[in-house]
Amino acid sequence: MSEAMQKAVSAVQERFGAVVQVFKDETTLVVSADHIEDMMKTLRDEFAFTFLIDVTAVDYMPAEPRFNVIYHLYAMEKKDLLCVRVPVSSVRPQVPTVEKVFPGAAWFEREVWDMFGIRFEGHHDLRRIVMPADWEGHPLRKDYPLGYEEVQFTFNFDEIAGRKPSPKE
Amino acid sequence: MADFREVTVEELRHLVSDRAMSGETMLLNMGPQHPSTHGVLRLLLELDGEIVVNCIPDIGFLHTGVEKTIESKTYAQSEVMTDRLDYLHPLGNNLVYCLAVEKLADLDVPARAQAVRVILAELTRLSSHLIWIGTSSLDLAAMSTFLYAMREREMIMDIMEMCSGSRMMTTYIRPGGLWRDTPVEFESAVRKFIDLMPKRIDEYETLLTRNPLFLDRTRGIGVISKEECIQWGISGPVIRGSGLAYDLRKARPYSGYEQYDFDVPTQTSGDIYGRYLVRVEEMRQSVRIIRQALDKLPFGPVRSSNRKYVPPPRSEIGTSMEALIHHFKLWTEGYPVPKGSVYTAVESPRGEMGVFMESDGGPKPFRCHYRSPSFANLQIMPLLTRGHFVADVVGIIGSIDIVLGDADR
Repeated sequence: MSEAMQKAVSAVQERFGAVVQVFKDETTLVVSADHIEDMMKTLRDEFAFTFLIDVTAVDYMPAEPRFNVIYHLYAMEKKDLLCVRVPVSSVRPQVPTVEKVFPGAAWFEREVWDMFGIRFEGHHDLRRIVMPADWEGHPLRKDYPLGYEEVQFTFNFDEIAGRKPSPKE
Repeated sequence: MADFREVTVEELRHLVSDRAMSGETMLLNMGPQHPSTHGVLRLLLELDGEIVVNCIPDIGFLHTGVEKTIESKTYAQSEVMTDRLDYLHPLGNNLVYCLAVEKLADLDVPARAQAVRVILAELTRLSSHLIWIGTSSLDLAAMSTFLYAMREREMIMDIMEMCSGSRMMTTYIRPGGLWRDTPVEFESAVRKFIDLMPKRIDEYETLLTRNPLFLDRTRGIGVISKEECIQWGISGPVIRGSGLAYDLRKARPYSGYEQYDFDVPTQTSGDIYGRYLVRVEEMRQSVRIIRQALDKLPFGPVRSSNRKYVPPPRSEIGTSMEALIHHFKLWTEGYPVPKGSVYTAVESPRGEMGVFMESDGGPKPFRCHYRSPSFANLQIMPLLTRGHFVADVVGIIGSIDIVLGDADR
């Protein structure tokens, strides 16, 4: 961990009660959802983590808190990469949006909503992004089954064709 | 049978101006079936006459659920799907995936494999930029560049086929090295190509760089500042065209890029023309990197000797019991990767392509997320197009060089 990173990490630890994990020289901060927006602002303004690379999530079902929302930040001058994790419970999964700090987070957060069903409070445009607007369920959750297509043979071709979803007349 | 619901304009009300609701401005769909949107991108344009007031990109028509499918396959099987994401840069997709697995598993990669990876990654970058220079100038009505660019791309495709047996979906880079060593003709074929390429790049430039029609369509259009790029998480030639030399090959080198001497071209104009100049210069730099890598291409193995992850050579299986067991385990169960999560990134022709991979200690990835540059770069479409003509939207899409397979995953 570089000196600048050490400084940022200890400051954030003190102010927001973040927990630090280091794995394969990647530093991860675990912080509660209440502090995420303030912490991002602090990291951006005081510690030059100006570039938000990515927002994604992981589903740890059946563990509780079930989800982790993961942010990757980058400091251009110091070339430091920082990972931030926010644990989210399975009951009304919700995290405050960081799009006011990093406008680029908007689409990434839409993707996390689409794929995991985690709501981002205060997001200006929280619609599905890659799945159709009327899709039910959130595909990347661990309890969402992996779909498959039934194989059609001559004897049951029409039967299966009738079950397949298609646009209505 | 599922009911299909239509999305009404009411749902997009917060994104368009009030004038659209009263009918003063017009809402127009561009795409998804439109040749200049480079795939299946749908843009909802709000138009005042011919001026774009607002632009709402709609993606997801090429969503294939690769991230979900990866979770149900072993590490070796999943890699095959990564080719299909950014289909103009398949080797880079493999490379970033392998870097993530190698980082999780502490797998070593022999020097020769690293150098071949660099050569092939740069060749893929060239082929992607050739497609870009062809199609984006085709959008601006310069037909001949496209034909020339495809001619050179064919040579790269032949080299890919020579190495991996496949033109595009190669899966040639594997965790721990390469699938197999390069064939004997590889070096001479690549040399022939890089000797030819600089002249050909000059040829493209004579067609475009000082062409007044091209200049009219590209200068001062789709301007974005350096600060905005950072805010919106833009990377690749777009951010370099705005004046920031952010290139992962220099910023966080991987696969031995630190050994090679090359420049990161930048332009300060931030418009379509700036991004054009950056990409053309990048092609020259790629040739330079390939030449250096080829000159000091070391001999030796191309696969790690760690048998827990890398299958043994065929010759060993007949003589060694151990090798037979390893081979059987690797191809049936797959290899377990230590628990943890990592983020690795490579510089794709479009920007920062990253993989966030989490392992739970089993033989299948617990979560594999692709941070794709096209997805992030598409977000700035409203900023770039506002106040320009509809015809310029076409040029702007071409200049940020999106691949929808990459954006939708």
